[in-house]
Amino acid sequence: MIFTLHIWRQQDSKSGGDFEQYEIDVDEGTSFLEMLDALNEQLIVTGKEAIAFDFDCREGICGSCNLVINGTPHGKHRATTTCQQYMRDYADEKELWIEPWRATAFPIIKDLIVDRSAFEKIIQAGGYIEMRTGSAPEANTMPIEKHIADDAFDAATCIGCGACVAVCPNASATLFVAAKVSHLSSLPQGQMDQKRAGKLLEAMEEQGFGSCSNYRECERVCPKEISVSTITTMNKLLYKNN
Amino acid sequence: MSEIELDSHSPKGSLEDRWTQHKFNSKIVNPANRKKYTVIVVGTGLAGASAAASLGEMGYNVKTFCFQDSPRRAHSIAAQGGINAAKNYQNDGDSVWRLFYDTLKGGDFRARESNVYRLAELSSNIIDQAVAQGVPFAREYSGYLANRSFGGAQVSRTFYARGQTGQQLLLGAYQAMSKQIAEGSITHHSRSEMQDLIMVKGHAKGIVSRDLVSGKLETHMADCVVLCTGGYSNVFYLSTNAKGCNTSAIWRAHKQGALFANPCFTQIHPTCIPQHGALQSKLTLMSESLRNDGRVWAPKRKEDCDKKPEDIPEENRDYFLERMYPAFGNLVPRDIASRAVKLICDEGRGVGHEIDGQKLGVYLDFAQAIKRLGLDAITEKYGNLFEMYQRITAEDPYTSPMRIYPAVHYTMGGLWVDYNLMTSIDGLFAGGEANFSDHGANRLGASALMQGLADGYFILPTTVSDYLAQHKPIDSERDYPEAQQALKMAQSRLDSLLHAPEPQKTPDEFHRQLGQVLWNACGMAREKQSLETAIEEIKVLRAQFWQHVKITGTDLELNQTLERAGRVADFFELAELMCIDALAREESCGCHAREEHIAEDGEAQRHDEEFSFVSAWQYSGEVSTPILNKEELHFEFVRPNTRNYR
Repeated sequence: MIFTLHIWRQQDSKSGGDFEQYEIDVDEGTSFLEMLDALNEQLIVTGKEAIAFDFDCREGICGSCNLVINGTPHGKHRATTTCQQYMRDYADEKELWIEPWRATAFPIIKDLIVDRSAFEKIIQAGGYIEMRTGSAPEANTMPIEKHIADDAFDAATCIGCGACVAVCPNASATLFVAAKVSHLSSLPQGQMDQKRAGKLLEAMEEQGFGSCSNYRECERVCPKEISVSTITTMNKLLYKNN
Repeated sequence: MSEIELDSHSPKGSLEDRWTQHKFNSKIVNPANRKKYTVIVVGTGLAGASAAASLGEMGYNVKTFCFQDSPRRAHSIAAQGGINAAKNYQNDGDSVWRLFYDTLKGGDFRARESNVYRLAELSSNIIDQAVAQGVPFAREYSGYLANRSFGGAQVSRTFYARGQTGQQLLLGAYQAMSKQIAEGSITHHSRSEMQDLIMVKGHAKGIVSRDLVSGKLETHMADCVVLCTGGYSNVFYLSTNAKGCNTSAIWRAHKQGALFANPCFTQIHPTCIPQHGALQSKLTLMSESLRNDGRVWAPKRKEDCDKKPEDIPEENRDYFLERMYPAFGNLVPRDIASRAVKLICDEGRGVGHEIDGQKLGVYLDFAQAIKRLGLDAITEKYGNLFEMYQRITAEDPYTSPMRIYPAVHYTMGGLWVDYNLMTSIDGLFAGGEANFSDHGANRLGASALMQGLADGYFILPTTVSDYLAQHKPIDSERDYPEAQQALKMAQSRLDSLLHAPEPQKTPDEFHRQLGQVLWNACGMAREKQSLETAIEEIKVLRAQFWQHVKITGTDLELNQTLERAGRVADFFELAELMCIDALAREESCGCHAREEHIAEDGEAQRHDEEFSFVSAWQYSGEVSTPILNKEELHFEFVRPNTRNYR
């Protein structure tokens, strides 16, 4: 399969960037990132700098990889990350436009790599349950209704990739925040901190993310299919506790 | 160099009281003085994040480092199956003693009794800790925690969060760590990679790190250093590990004097998706649970290997695990299943893609399970795994059998540590997969998460405190010539990589070649002649690497090619040590199958009288001539017997 690639190249956070064009011939069983690996090896051998992009586990769980492919964060195959896209998914395309996440709160570091440390700041603002090592009670002293535990799990599967921000017209991180709040605050052990939702949303604003105006694009591109119902859960908590 | 006297510092007395007594005997630092001490933690996966969070809570000044853009992305996140704990919630006869015994036996009696017992003892506390942090473990309709049996265990002691147990446990530790960052007790450095250890008068007192964004080298001083930098499966190039996993931190510590224990003990997981082409960057693991219902087979006749599996009649199929191991069948432990699959493919009865002229794959077939239990039942149990398989291979496992082949998955070897998890360098600790401690020659399912968290939450906080209590805080204002020296060395290493005399080939190309050599000689089966040949091949390739590696860009910017080259350079040295270790251990045990020591019926032959020891290798100044130190293993409480799964 032969593709024409248009890839965003940018030297560092201070310089401007632009698309550069490349050609590549790959097997349909090659993963999207392996295609970029192959391109990079060709570039290195010919004395050019490799294209920088984030990746690690390559099995859709670490949340490192983050490419916008032909306008869609994580590419055309739904409910999965960039690393789990395969070139056969793009058999009917000849040209691929590959860009980084774009949001004020995620400045570009180089080429396709962005700085997502704003997410760290949000978690640090209260995305945890206060509990000192060694002070935990016996695990089965507090039964939790199965449906509550299951819902908490669904929210907890967020991998912190940032696709929700990248797709949002407001570059809002509301789905990311809501997932964490729904996970922690719906569990009995997480209910001590009644201000969690407010603290996280405040941090989100401070970090330069926009607000939610219910486009629901985030839900569409989330590789873990986190539902916008987590936002409803969060909003309920917000009104209840303020 | 003289031989080192290896003392495990294991406490004496009854096994049950050892850890309690040891904690009591450990010194503690007055809370008011704790902030005067700085602890560096390199690697913030399960072990590192949990250690950092706990040490931060205690009041120490903690500095953490990870190469990823966030601690939440460490490879611990990919652990699927679960975490063992001797809670006995199922009332099926589990106990700390049983978990201890299973783990020790699973490791083929190549681990320390004291350490393994402590691990089993702490397992329950880990579950309590994780639940209190909000880790959403699976629950029954009663609201109480659910368990499943895993990895051939006879009791149900595995706690799990669907197929994402590692993710949920890591997020728990990461969140605890985030709280400490917010409170200022932890200073965290993401996208930062350790380059070397700073030694001051024989003590580990800091690290040189490289800021992977600016490319700048930095020195960080501390009162002690904890390495929780994971395993080295990626030495084989293709493994189930994340692409960034590397040996650099522990390898550079090794070259500063830390002994490297049992480097050849590497776990091969039988159920991975086979390699499909030369460009492939990693292998994907399919959960061990698939073997509960799937039947493993290969064609009886070579001429059937190109046929569609559906067209091969029942009488021409060889259900070889059931044939070879009638008692355990498809559920034999990982090492045994992997070897059997290799045997079949070496006979020329493999199926699927051809790699270097050999078909590497066998079938894992659910047709009968679907017939027996129904499509819905199978979908409910394995739906997400089937979907993952289809995503990667574009084949439908509901209608055609999966193809599987073993892949490197975990490394039991690592830095030698004593009972305090301190390496042979004073002030240098190692936790999690980076140390060699608890799994012997084979790790059982659902015990990696347990070990990482036992080390991080409970053991290191005690033993690091004990160490600090016996030392005065360092003067961080002072300039240390040792730090400047280490910085210079790190810079000159980067310069050598960037300026190879005749740059031609990419780091990945060298890495693939190394992986091929190592996999053939030091993979699932090892043999004297091929190991000796491999050692020579590795030496030649290593020399070529330093001569011909081609890296574009500079060291003063984000440069992933340079990062990779640095890691591959260390893999080249470790690979040789692995072969040397495999050559020296003239027995078969756990993952380590020496063809000369396999009985005719296929049973691994362990030689306890000669090899009941930990091989702890010392760097001599020359990679090719390491010095072997032996820590004899003494079994006071259990009697090593033969693992028999027939």
